[in-house]
Amino acid sequence: MHGVRRGLEVPDLRHRRAAALEQVTQVLEYAVVRMSKLSHLARLEAESIHILREVVAECANPVMLYSIGKDSSVLLHLALKAFHPAPLPFPLLHVDTTWKFRDMIAFRDRTAQRLGLKLLVHVNTEGLAMGINPFTHGSSVHTDVMKTQALKQALDRHGFDAAFGGARRDEEKSRAKERVVSLRSAQHRWDPKRQRPELWRLYNTRMTKEESLRVFPLSNWTELDVWQYIYQENIEIVPLYFARERPVVERDGALIMVDDERMPLAPGERPQMRKVRFRTLGCYPLTGAIESNADSLPAIIEEMLVARTSERQGRLIDHDAAASMERKKQEGYF
Amino acid sequence: MSADPQTLSPELDAWLAAQAHKDLLRFITCGSVDDGKSTLIGRLLYESQVLFEDQLAALEHDSRRLGTQGGALDFALLVDGLAAEREQGITIDVAYRFFATEHRKFIVADTPGHEQYTRNMVTGASTAELAVILVDARKGVLTQTRRHSYLVSLLGIRRVVLAVNKMDLVDYQETVFRRIEQDYRDFSAQIGLTDIVAIPLSALRGDNVISPSAHMSWYTGPTLMAHLDRVPPTRPSSTVAFRMPVQWVNRPNQEFRGYAGLVVGGSVRVGDPLVVLPAGVRSRVARILLGDREAQQATTGQSVTLVLEDHIDVSRGDLLAAADAPAAVSELFEATVVWMGEEPMLPGRPYLLKCGTRTVAATIAPLKHKINVNTLEKLAARQLELNEIGLVHLSTEAPLAFDPYEENRDTGGFILIDRISNGTVGAGLLHGALRRAQDVHWQALDINQAARSAQKHQKACVLWFTGLSGAGKSTIANLVEKRLYALGRHTYLLDGDNVRHGLCRDLGFTDVDRVENIRRVAEVARLMTDAGLIVLVSFISPFRAERRLARSLLGPGEFCEIFIDTPIEEAERRDPKGLYRRARAGEIRNFTGIDSPYEPPENPEIHIDTRDTRAEQAAEQIIRYLRRIGVIDLDGVFIP
Repeated sequence: MHGVRRGLEVPDLRHRRAAALEQVTQVLEYAVVRMSKLSHLARLEAESIHILREVVAECANPVMLYSIGKDSSVLLHLALKAFHPAPLPFPLLHVDTTWKFRDMIAFRDRTAQRLGLKLLVHVNTEGLAMGINPFTHGSSVHTDVMKTQALKQALDRHGFDAAFGGARRDEEKSRAKERVVSLRSAQHRWDPKRQRPELWRLYNTRMTKEESLRVFPLSNWTELDVWQYIYQENIEIVPLYFARERPVVERDGALIMVDDERMPLAPGERPQMRKVRFRTLGCYPLTGAIESNADSLPAIIEEMLVARTSERQGRLIDHDAAASMERKKQEGYF
Repeated sequence: MSADPQTLSPELDAWLAAQAHKDLLRFITCGSVDDGKSTLIGRLLYESQVLFEDQLAALEHDSRRLGTQGGALDFALLVDGLAAEREQGITIDVAYRFFATEHRKFIVADTPGHEQYTRNMVTGASTAELAVILVDARKGVLTQTRRHSYLVSLLGIRRVVLAVNKMDLVDYQETVFRRIEQDYRDFSAQIGLTDIVAIPLSALRGDNVISPSAHMSWYTGPTLMAHLDRVPPTRPSSTVAFRMPVQWVNRPNQEFRGYAGLVVGGSVRVGDPLVVLPAGVRSRVARILLGDREAQQATTGQSVTLVLEDHIDVSRGDLLAAADAPAAVSELFEATVVWMGEEPMLPGRPYLLKCGTRTVAATIAPLKHKINVNTLEKLAARQLELNEIGLVHLSTEAPLAFDPYEENRDTGGFILIDRISNGTVGAGLLHGALRRAQDVHWQALDINQAARSAQKHQKACVLWFTGLSGAGKSTIANLVEKRLYALGRHTYLLDGDNVRHGLCRDLGFTDVDRVENIRRVAEVARLMTDAGLIVLVSFISPFRAERRLARSLLGPGEFCEIFIDTPIEEAERRDPKGLYRRARAGEIRNFTGIDSPYEPPENPEIHIDTRDTRAEQAAEQIIRYLRRIGVIDLDGVFIP
């Protein structure tokens, strides 16, 4: 391998032959294994289905949090596969902040009807009565009241003991350490120091009556995996992911779509039609669009391959502080 | 919206096709503190170009603020996620990272090197097919290196990369590298690790991580990334027998009954004969569903739904196995346990064991020895503390189908769950069945408990008195027994102090011994109940888990927990035997309530507060309760 060098002994011929044989064996073994190996998407799909089934088998009252985004679409697709031919053994829950894009709500209702799903929609009516909105109160108050508090209300009201979510470990640093099955206290708090070890494919779903679980079947997927899977499986997603002419205003460097008349415009500010799309979807005043010509899935994937910013960049709530997501999760944000 | 094939450029088309054939390799990185693990992973992410501009901007910003590289990019900051870790400058949990090369996608488990976090390393290793073990070129093979290697080998990882890091700090000298490589090979052969590739590198400077180093022309082997991209994955599933733990029975209507699960060994085809374990019933595969698609076969790693030809009883927790190569079934095992709970593992205490999709009660007894992970010495031990590893015998309450861990991780690996806290407190590897389980059968007897109880005009049961020393347990139990005797009932009183003179003479007062003490007494009480007696047990029995064990040994309604509730201050004031005084003086150790905990019952059948109830009233209350639940009837024969 390294040739004969001064000062080093010439290796015994038998050793050489054995080493060569070992190499050939390895190459052959490699070829055999490669042929019988599943692709990474097939393995990720199987793992997610396994997680969904495990939690449904062990928990009394699970629910799927449905955020209408692409990850939710993938999660729903996987769940339909996991329990086919039976209908979904749990309802979908959408926590509606009342500030979602109109296209999202239309897509949500269409999907639920098309697939015959049980869809629960929860709005924090107290927050609504207080007039909480992202413009007057800022992103963190709005998110806390209309999203975090609302989620807790809905989970408590229906007594759900496990909630599936589409979060992925590649999204953000503190997510990288969260378990697939993650325990929450009676107050829905996450304690990163008291996480249960998670070994092999053995998930521990046992808890007291007051506690609940958050379950992340897409933990090991990356953003690219999600797009490739949507492409491979031909999964329907909200049209906002595809580039189109849309009315936007530019604020603090972000392109915000003027989705309805509630959007207050500064004096002289005028929405412009630009060809944009969204990499993540949330409340429209808090979600930045990107200029793009990608109007098909392959074009989106192509764009992703050369993308220079991460998808969370479009989410204004992450910019608060370095440890903001970790803190939000401890408080019960999904 | 769906893909429009016409918009595909040829390059993108080729790229998407190539993506579909990428496989997945999961590996773990381990090393000692400051060996540069996080830096190495950060470097892999950085150089495989999975980082975006905003993440790089954040990294630059963080490097200036928190970095240890004098303002230069500190790759470790990319992966040290939790705020607590950033403050302490260490990694304290398992983190999972993702990157891809030309042929593969990778999932990396980044685990810490501190001794107290063996738990996390074992967690990360459990799903890994390969391990990258980091060694600091300046320090060579250390105790920690040996520990990591042992754990890697224990968890069944066979392929190891020895990454000799920080070569820049030893002037890239070949002799340093060769010596470390030889040291490591000498050691690792002893623990069965032989598939080792050693690579000299500098994670900080980027030498031999992605591109070959300009400073080490003497090294002609692959770079780390090149090796990871090409290394053969673990052995093919075709050499392993078919296994599928049943997760969920899919029964949407009368026409369809399918068994959902993940194939964890071998492959299966329509028509294959299978056996359902532990029952041993046979059938054949009628249909295979992959999602909503019919398939002719399925292989390891796929989630499937199987329909069998026969209508047989199969439920969650059963194992479907190849009929010609079934898994073994046993109730008694030899196993290695890695303890992960804050509370120690106590032999004799029942835990829940989850293996595959089956969860059963399990008891560890005996603990054969523990293993010093640094020296691999076997040490005698009575309990396992957090992060300790031991070889044990383990018995399950119900039969369990399994394969030795060395043959199949999914049917041989298990976790232990604490029945009170619900935490995952241990992980284990089944090595094999012990013969005793197959050879000792229950002797079925014609005269049973019901017959013996009826002869005595009573219902046999256990009255379990628990409470602090000096609470009044024995006084009240004694009064109750006198009342029952007077009513012509057949009783026996097992008293804590008395039992310790004989049956439990060999036991002390450590937690381990207390558990064993209660286990023996519970078993004796069960035998006496079986004999038809009303058994009064007067024991401090401080732990909920053991009282629960005692309860689990008896039938429903046969166990009556009586909490004699006397606050510690009051018991200490009474101090009938002078024990509290001696405990306070340090003459008695592990004394309940002083330096050993008492866990009060949560739902006792009877709760007696001795501050407002005299012993006679308490006895009366208990007798009334026994009448109410029918242990003794109202018209019992009264013997004056």
